Amino acid sequence: MTGHAEKSAAFVANEDRAHWHDQSLWFVRAKRDRQASAIPEWEALREAASAIKTHTLSRLADYLEEFERNATANGIQVHWARDAAEHNAIVHQILASHGVTHLVKSKSMLTEECHLNPYLEAYGIEVTDTDLGERIVQLRKEPPSHIVMPAIHLKREEIGELFHIELGTEKGASDPKYLTEAARGHLRSKFMGAQAGLTGVNFAVAETGGVVVCTNEGNADMGASLPRLHIACMGVEKLIPRAEHLSVFLRLLARSGTGQPITGYTSHFNGPVRGGEMHVVIVDNGRSRILGQQDFRRSLGCIRCGACMNTCPVYRRSGGYSYGYTVPGPIGSILAPQRDPEKYASLPFASSLCGSCTDVCPVKIDLHHQLLAFRKVLVDLKAVPLQKRLSMAVMGFVLSRPSLYRMGGGLMRAIVPRLPRSLVYGPWNPWGIQRELPPMPRQSFRDLIQKEPS
Amino acid sequence: MSSRNAILDSLRQNIPPPASLPAPINGIRYADPIKQFEETLIGAGGKLVRATEPQDLASALADIDVYASAAKIASLVPGIPSRDVDLSAIDDPHDLEGIDVAIIPGKFGVAENAAVWIPGETLTPHRAIFVITQHLILVVPASEIVDNLHQAYDRIQWSPNSFGIFISGPSKTADIEQSLVIGAHGARSCTVILL
Repeated sequence: MTGHAEKSAAFVANEDRAHWHDQSLWFVRAKRDRQASAIPEWEALREAASAIKTHTLSRLADYLEEFERNATANGIQVHWARDAAEHNAIVHQILASHGVTHLVKSKSMLTEECHLNPYLEAYGIEVTDTDLGERIVQLRKEPPSHIVMPAIHLKREEIGELFHIELGTEKGASDPKYLTEAARGHLRSKFMGAQAGLTGVNFAVAETGGVVVCTNEGNADMGASLPRLHIACMGVEKLIPRAEHLSVFLRLLARSGTGQPITGYTSHFNGPVRGGEMHVVIVDNGRSRILGQQDFRRSLGCIRCGACMNTCPVYRRSGGYSYGYTVPGPIGSILAPQRDPEKYASLPFASSLCGSCTDVCPVKIDLHHQLLAFRKVLVDLKAVPLQKRLSMAVMGFVLSRPSLYRMGGGLMRAIVPRLPRSLVYGPWNPWGIQRELPPMPRQSFRDLIQKEPS
Repeated sequence: MSSRNAILDSLRQNIPPPASLPAPINGIRYADPIKQFEETLIGAGGKLVRATEPQDLASALADIDVYASAAKIASLVPGIPSRDVDLSAIDDPHDLEGIDVAIIPGKFGVAENAAVWIPGETLTPHRAIFVITQHLILVVPASEIVDNLHQAYDRIQWSPNSFGIFISGPSKTADIEQSLVIGAHGARSCTVILL
């Protein structure tokens, strides 16, 4: 099974491009910093957001029942799905019962997680992702490489070439304004022809029985207000108790994610469009199991802003596809192995544990602590390569025996400088692939300190 | 067992220890909220026009290029006529396509993020109007600019089966190499007139 390091090899090999990707994301991170520092109560907001999420998770079932009651009173039809398969079947059944052949979607990481698009396409339904970045990657038959900026890995020339082939734009044209205008025309015709719109959910409010969707483009509003049928899909963790709590999260979300004070459109859907139907599909798909794990349940507080990706030195230099999961970056590296520890075992190790993700997280998820804790889980599950487990066992054995450690250090200092390079930098030393060992000191720190007059 | 009950049971079996809600936040205040609103609106790609008296609204509109040159205008602001659009005659919201300018009253604005609150009932009968129009003009009372989003939510009244939206500037995207482009799907421009 290929891990993060193998999957990132091609990306890392193109140094110019990896550097460009790194800089693009750092630009967004810098915008986030400017927004955060303009709000004196920023840290209090993060504390409040974290506390609201912790409270909500402690009563999640009660709040979901309250949401269902109020949503039903609003005329919304509420559905429950235990897993991805049930979610997809519910969405298809709603669409089929209305004879829908064309569906427009705005961004929903949940439907990516459930692989809804190929499921519906197999039934002959045309699914159009309408967020510009998502449409770009959909036309390239790729998944998003970032949860907020799905096409962040692509250069304008590549998008120009794609649009030339798919949308008939001029060959060689790569001006973002020109390309966006072409996409606007193309997608507006999709909006006009769709019989249903599907949106994700940024926040669901128990008190009002409604959902809130944030976009900059306005695509969720086109999709949810033109066709008569609106389906909104949400994980159980999207719930917050009261409408007033939206103020806390909305102040944090766009500032953290894209460095804007708020998204262009923040839509509160508390019922169907006039003469239409609205459905909300509430999905578990493993979330209730995460709720039971003390070390990892705080990951359910994630509001999918993407700040941890933008700041992560590993994500920035390896790209979203190196993670091989719907949600990449630090938060994805906790969520993915919850789903399949064997398959995603390398992800908690794709981190320097520098803690930058934890510092920027608007809901104060202890991301780098969870990444570390997950490493232990994976070692206990024997999901980590034997080489790593063995070397850890040897290190543990040596480090817990001071005299052995001192003897080992002395031997290393004496022998390693005399060994041929091929022996030191052999395939058993992945650390040395891109790095040189420092020159061996003649004396250990212990030797030095003992010679110092006290 | 139904999926509903299975999910609720599973959540209850895995329930974390109780935790209480935090105290409300005291949000940022500005010495000059209107100035802050204007600066933030410009940053979001929008434009502010000040009209001191209600009777100045018509002339303020006439000064806006997209209004002056528009063929089809849908106005939801009392006293301002539509142009070549009869909203009451439109049944299917798809027929709103082709409207050049929509003029919509906003309930209040928020200084910290230049968001304007539009309750759904303002948009009756077609809530799509604000996003399908090519250009958007929002008319907001100058006395109704709050400092921050906490004050904003304190003002909102929720009624069953309703819709409401915060709009901050025109439709935009930065999905191609982080280059900001105005006019993604919705309005290509957003002018806020403060009355």
